[in-house]
Amino acid sequence: MQTHLKYQSQAVAKPYFYAAIGLFVLQVIFGLILGLQYVMGDFLFPHVPFNIARMVHTNLLIVWLLFGFMGAAYYLVPEESQREIHSPKLAMILFWAFLVAGVLTVAGYLLMPYARLAEITGNDILPTMGREFLEQPTITKMGIVVVALGFLYNIGMTILSGRKTVINVILLTGLIGLAVMFLFSFYNPDNLVKDKYYWWWVVHLWVEGVWELILGSILAFVLIKTTGVDREVVDKWLYIIVAMALITGIIGTGHHYYWIGTPEYWQWLGSVFSALEPIPFFLMTLFAFNMVNRRKREHPNKATVLWAMGTGVMAFLGAGVWGFMHTLAPVNYYTHGTQITAAHGHMAFYGAYAMIVLTIISYAMPHLRGQGNAACNRAQVVEMWSFWLMTVAMVFITLFLTAAGILQVWLQRFDEGQPFMVVQDQLAIFYWMREAAGVVFIIGLILYLISFVVKDKNQATA
Amino acid sequence: MKEIFTKSMARNIYFGGSIFFVLLFLALTYDTHQALPQRDNSQAITETVALGKKLWEKNNCIGCHTLLGEGAYYAPELGNVYVRYGKSKEAIKAFIKSRPVNGIPGRRSMPQFNLTEEELEALAEFLKYSSEINTANWPPNKQG
Repeated sequence: MQTHLKYQSQAVAKPYFYAAIGLFVLQVIFGLILGLQYVMGDFLFPHVPFNIARMVHTNLLIVWLLFGFMGAAYYLVPEESQREIHSPKLAMILFWAFLVAGVLTVAGYLLMPYARLAEITGNDILPTMGREFLEQPTITKMGIVVVALGFLYNIGMTILSGRKTVINVILLTGLIGLAVMFLFSFYNPDNLVKDKYYWWWVVHLWVEGVWELILGSILAFVLIKTTGVDREVVDKWLYIIVAMALITGIIGTGHHYYWIGTPEYWQWLGSVFSALEPIPFFLMTLFAFNMVNRRKREHPNKATVLWAMGTGVMAFLGAGVWGFMHTLAPVNYYTHGTQITAAHGHMAFYGAYAMIVLTIISYAMPHLRGQGNAACNRAQVVEMWSFWLMTVAMVFITLFLTAAGILQVWLQRFDEGQPFMVVQDQLAIFYWMREAAGVVFIIGLILYLISFVVKDKNQATA
Repeated sequence: MKEIFTKSMARNIYFGGSIFFVLLFLALTYDTHQALPQRDNSQAITETVALGKKLWEKNNCIGCHTLLGEGAYYAPELGNVYVRYGKSKEAIKAFIKSRPVNGIPGRRSMPQFNLTEEELEALAEFLKYSSEINTANWPPNKQG
């Protein structure tokens, strides 16, 4: 098969992208299970209790996004550095290590009680398990660190000995930041307040910090390739976007320090800085639309351009607008820990991170699969349908959860309030509608998979 | 963007701004640590409380519940459950013990974790300790 790659070692990105897509499918299936458990409380109980399914859902999300980021790096760094990957072999070894570790961990979640998994993986020696999103056994966490170090070495050596572009440098800082902040997942003191304080150094400083660097640089790469706009212009945008991300996002961590036992000045700091956090996302939207408007060529891959613009809009809506909605301390006092947070989490993760990975996959796959610059028209049409179905479904998931959240706050948080479960029963209609939107989402996802095998009519008969 | 605003200016804002705010964040973290002992109820952390926190983690309680508002939103907030249950550790223990193995038809139900008396005591102590952290009056009422 003729490949359409500038550098042969870019091919290692392909298995990373396929793994990402596969785990994404599993994640969504578990999402549907969870959605059903919200309204049919005994669904799959006691075999797959809610907490297990949720752990699978969120951990798969993180793992498939990491696969996507790594695939993106292996694809774009050679083109940016103008040289082959330092060691394609290491990239493949790390791929299998990460996939096996990931699959074993998820199998562990599903096949035995969590407490048993903690015992057989020696959690007592260095207890790090059982904290939201960081539920992985300690040995899995160590494996993640090893994979991350090997990956950084591989990408770092490639970048350092090649052409250094702004995209490369910012991507590398983002990836280093990702690895460094993850180390805080090993710090788990008995003091709950300190535990939570540093837990956010992983969670917040990932998604509202260093991941935005990765997001920005992938977006910039795709926009340069698809619009042909001058690098000078793109670089300036990228610097300003990531500057705003860190300037607002670092102190913005304070919006998690309102009610966990930390000093009350965080209510001011967190409110002010996190209220500014939509700015980098708004700039991303402007960036994407501006570049596409000023395009110097018509790239044949229309689907990629759609994904790129969609990322800008949905990241701004999900992370920016839905984040702002409940970030001010006086508002958050009532909304903290309700379905409002779930609504924001869904649209932000999809709009910012799922969509940027789908953007780079959309751009890279035709090259990786030897199709040239773009898949055939019919495949692109199916892919664009999947874009709209998934994106619109996610908008509705978010709206229904927001409605549920507002009602929950109203019934549960004001005056004496009603008990949690009494309130939950009254939200059932919204949970059902959310589940229906989830079904539309998975239909979109199935179409997305189909877009990989669709051929043009004349091609199919040839 | 006009030519007056150059790429090197953008780069300086990025590096200068990030470094400044990283340092500010570290300074605030230092200050927070100085202030924590007055708020975090750390004097109440006994071996029993520490064991309770381990059990809390080992059984992935955060996968359904929130604790000080963080976690999953499937089951009630537990940061103030000690207060909600009339400051009775016995009530907390009785609830955990009484969960039916096969759940409740059509309803959400907490799994039966088969904890020992010592473990139940530790979990209850941990939840009592959590409820006495100064959370700036959150949650708004006892429902959590």
